[in-house]
Amino acid sequence: MGDPMRIRAQAQGDKAVVRVLMSHEMETGQRKDSAGKTVPAWFIQEVTASHNGTPVFSALWGTAVSKNPFVLFTIRGAKAGDKIVVTWVDNRGDKRSDEATVV
Amino acid sequence: MVSRRVMLRHSAEAAALMATAGLLPTTASAAWPQAAFDAKGLADTVKALGAGAPQESKDVTLTAPDIAENGAVVPVGCACALAGVKRLALLVEKNPTTLAAVFEVNDALEPSFATRVKMAQTSNVYAVALLADGRALFAQKEVKVTLGGCGG
Repeated sequence: MGDPMRIRAQAQGDKAVVRVLMSHEMETGQRKDSAGKTVPAWFIQEVTASHNGTPVFSALWGTAVSKNPFVLFTIRGAKAGDKIVVTWVDNRGDKRSDEATVV
Repeated sequence: MVSRRVMLRHSAEAAALMATAGLLPTTASAAWPQAAFDAKGLADTVKALGAGAPQESKDVTLTAPDIAENGAVVPVGCACALAGVKRLALLVEKNPTTLAAVFEVNDALEPSFATRVKMAQTSNVYAVALLADGRALFAQKEVKVTLGGCGG
């Protein structure tokens, strides 16, 4: 379990723009520590989101996504008060879910 | 004759054995396409994602800066308004792993995404739209990196 995500979902007409900021190291597996040993890869592989319980968004990520990843997507037909749940799974099998309400 | 089903089961068993022996990198998600993330260059990556030869297209939009001061955080976005787009992918040509991210497109979403990627050095960035009929359309832009985002 990582730290909580920051999720902002804003209604714009009949759509909702969702911005998510996750807290994750996103190690590439290329970096070496001060002892010269390679730091093993540790990164988010899968991000999903649901709108009022229906899965809508799904993304697969590699090591090239930045540390503390940011993602923006737009859900059609979402309005103020709807519930958005975002979940990520990393390559160690660790996962985290956070929810937000469209404003 | 070995049926496809048996063959698949055998390879799954072999993979499980290799995983327990620590030979394979640990992958938590079964859906994560290892081959696509291992591929180098635009053509190989698109092939590994199961599409044909990529063609440049004006219908795909790539949003990226001209110059990135910090290669560790490069804001990029991709969009494609064509009908029949299944997936949108972001690629960085000269990174150790070319493929950065794949976004699934469906009717519930606007086909437009943005994220931040790491870039090792100045390179072409591609937004690739994978269509339902197997075609792959891309847009490209060169992003100059003044400070690399890998290693340290």
